[in-house]
Amino acid sequence: MRYLPHTEEDIAAMLVAIGARSLDDLFASIPADCRFGGALDLPAALSESALERRIGQMAGRMAVSPEYALFLGAGSYDHYIPATVSSLLGRSEFVTSYTPYQPEMLQGTLQGIYEYQTLTARLLGMEVATASHYDGATALAEAILMAVRITGKKKAVLSRAIHPHYRQVVRTYFAPTGYELLELPVLETGLTDFSRLEEIPDPAAVVVQSPNFFGCIENLRGAAEKAHSVGALLVAGFTEALAFGLLKSPGSEGADIVAGEGQSLGIPRSFGGPALGMLAGLKKHMRNLPGRLVGKTKDRDGKRGFVLTLATREQHIRREKATSNICSNNSLNALAAAMAMASLGGTGIRELASLNHDKAEYLKNALRDAGCPVRFSGATFNEFVVGFPGGFEARYRRLLDRKIVAGLPLGAYYPELADCGLLCVTETCGREEMDRLVREVAT
Amino acid sequence: MSEALGTTGLILNEPLLWERGKKGRSGFSIPDRDVPSRPLPLEMTGGGPDFPDLSEIEVVRHYTRLSTWNFGVDTGFYPLGSCTMKYNPKINEKLAGLRGFAAAHPLLPAELSQGALQLMFELERFLSEITGLDALTLQPAAGAQGELTGMLIIHAYHRLRGKQKTKILIPDTAHGTNPASAAICGYAPVPVPSGPDGIIAPETVEALMDSETAGIMITNPNTLGLFEANIREIARIVHERGGLVYGDGANMNAVMGIVKPGEIGVDILHLNLHKTFSTPHGGGGPGAGPVAVRKDLARFLPIPRVVEKNGAYELREDFPESIGRVLAFHGHFGILLRACAYILSMGPDGLRDASRMAVLNANYIREKLRDVLHLAFDRPCMHECVFSDQNQQPTGITTLEMAKRLIDYGYHPPTIYFPLVVHGAIMIEPTETETKEDLDAFIAAFRSVAREAADSPAVVREAPTRCKVKRLDETAAARNPCLAG
Repeated sequence: MRYLPHTEEDIAAMLVAIGARSLDDLFASIPADCRFGGALDLPAALSESALERRIGQMAGRMAVSPEYALFLGAGSYDHYIPATVSSLLGRSEFVTSYTPYQPEMLQGTLQGIYEYQTLTARLLGMEVATASHYDGATALAEAILMAVRITGKKKAVLSRAIHPHYRQVVRTYFAPTGYELLELPVLETGLTDFSRLEEIPDPAAVVVQSPNFFGCIENLRGAAEKAHSVGALLVAGFTEALAFGLLKSPGSEGADIVAGEGQSLGIPRSFGGPALGMLAGLKKHMRNLPGRLVGKTKDRDGKRGFVLTLATREQHIRREKATSNICSNNSLNALAAAMAMASLGGTGIRELASLNHDKAEYLKNALRDAGCPVRFSGATFNEFVVGFPGGFEARYRRLLDRKIVAGLPLGAYYPELADCGLLCVTETCGREEMDRLVREVAT
Repeated sequence: MSEALGTTGLILNEPLLWERGKKGRSGFSIPDRDVPSRPLPLEMTGGGPDFPDLSEIEVVRHYTRLSTWNFGVDTGFYPLGSCTMKYNPKINEKLAGLRGFAAAHPLLPAELSQGALQLMFELERFLSEITGLDALTLQPAAGAQGELTGMLIIHAYHRLRGKQKTKILIPDTAHGTNPASAAICGYAPVPVPSGPDGIIAPETVEALMDSETAGIMITNPNTLGLFEANIREIARIVHERGGLVYGDGANMNAVMGIVKPGEIGVDILHLNLHKTFSTPHGGGGPGAGPVAVRKDLARFLPIPRVVEKNGAYELREDFPESIGRVLAFHGHFGILLRACAYILSMGPDGLRDASRMAVLNANYIREKLRDVLHLAFDRPCMHECVFSDQNQQPTGITTLEMAKRLIDYGYHPPTIYFPLVVHGAIMIEPTETETKEDLDAFIAAFRSVAREAADSPAVVREAPTRCKVKRLDETAAARNPCLAG
């Protein structure tokens, strides 16, 4: 096996050095009744070329563009990844290194993550960002737990317009804690209905996603005022990080903690993971942040350098009193996001975000003109909820045969939206593709 | 070896991103606009983030230079104990980039995602065979999330039986994530002291395991690199008193094809695909932490689960006792794919041989350094060996300083000051993918450092001197945190 370099002579010489007669001798500390005597029932080893064929066949059984036209977003977005990002990210000094516990020999990762934290804080309008979490959903769950720690209150109120999977993950994380989770309904505009918030005593956090699951842009400033008026923190979630190239940042609107998904920034969809959890907060809450942080410091000669810092919040120091159990996170994807943000620049991200918005508006209007009811009146970014003439699900099924995935049917998530789907358009989608969808839907 | 591995080349300085660039530059090719502009209401839009504008070449040089300040497994030997820094095969990276997988949307209908579902289904079967447990979830994103998933399953199990517990046993040789994961579930960790032989005695468990205790979290082989030989008896005691046995499988690399945890009393086990199954660590992730369980606990596994029916695969959510989702989608598929490719490349014999070579290499280093470094426990080890700086105490040189000096010799240092039960611990895990020549060179380097500790301690205290930066002030970084520029 080419990954195992020892020759028979190497093994023999090493056994002699150890003073063991055989390799089996080395396992003498394992009692006989703990040993597995047989051979593992696994496929025989494949050569590299045979492996490539086998995995390649499986990859061939997936529907991807350009063979398929996909109008599917819902937390995972098709954005073009520049060749520079893939190429630079593939450098094995980044890929094959460990967590930078020895900072002197891992300044590349450390400066890269410090820059990621900085750009993320700027994107979200916050003061500090963590080095990364697993994905948007777990980042949101950790953000709400952080709000509970800060306020000392034991209840969180979540908008029903938050991605349903995110709410499920939050429920999973909260299940054993005894903390309470409540939901706010959705208005006809597609925005969160805060009218009953005041009836809920003592919430730690009001949690809103913007753009929300339906693509609608929430009024975060209003949400922050309402949250603060009942003594809660505003936790702002998101699934589409690119939106903040165009929209006001959650921080500038008054959010106390911001958490969401960064996959749109240079990370392939890869069937849903690994993605990138982004989490940012205010300086005054810094010591309550979960997860790793990189900080600036100096070396013995006074030269600038970077280290992992504030480790006293973390599990390897504080053990059960840690702010989170997270250890390995999604560092390499954070680096990808920094590379994408650096490639876009301030000018580029605004232009790209505007183009994304306008493309989705084009399809939304064209579908509306073709007789498809657009479900919500609120302004949207990249995604919108729409019905199809003759029923969504039937039409969606028919379009699959024509190699069009016309969004996500919503019935399984929102029974009241059973006749609607969530459609997404990004910059990768050309006008011709959109026109084709409209024609197919209208006929 | 005549010449030391560590040397210095031309290291280029590189400023921070925002210390470069000029307004109006761009490193991104924006697609043509083929739709009319439809501006959002002004009250919704902001000025856009304050990012620097860089050209493509600036971005390329920036990250290329940063990468040269980094040390990876591809650069050299990385004997970090407990982290299993084995070689990460290149073919697996190539396969993860196949468009059919890299561009696949997680919410595609099942009939359009059969390839990914098949891969997940097969990987579950492979890992089930390796662990000797019946059912799996591939969803957890990392080892610590695997632990959390396992704890949630234990919590759900006790809740369903009508008697929730308040405590959990955790040996003093456990990973730091164990107590943190248990605490999220409201279980107070009860430390279990290891015996004079470095492993847990059944009597210790017997004395601590009461009706308020949910079970035990046990790492086997443990973080001292020793096999918990009493595991069957420990499991019997825990089961008899209504608890469950959680296995931290972070060290599974030592026993693939040699021990099946499911056959020796472990009920739930997580694996670290980024350790045992060769997926890259990426400077701190992404990894993957699948969780395997015995049959009767399968109903608690996270949703969705991959199910096969007449040769077709689908994702199903109708498991009412499930703990729910732990990630937005189906796990770190890109990592799962690499691990699956690794298992297929190794085959059953290759996996067993990997474990045998990992254990051979650790024992070889243990034997070759034991006269200069103090062995924490003088007995044969599994895949890693733990020394301490006790022999160096008269010189005043500590574990940290020797670790830093190893950098100058061209090696990533071992894990230091862990496990906590060994004062000044030096935990060396060579893995199976290193050549004997490289092991010998590392041994010679460490012996040289030990000599320097006695003969020229000032040189050791000065280290490292060959990196981009000298020793960094971590205390100042924590006292006045500067986390963004």
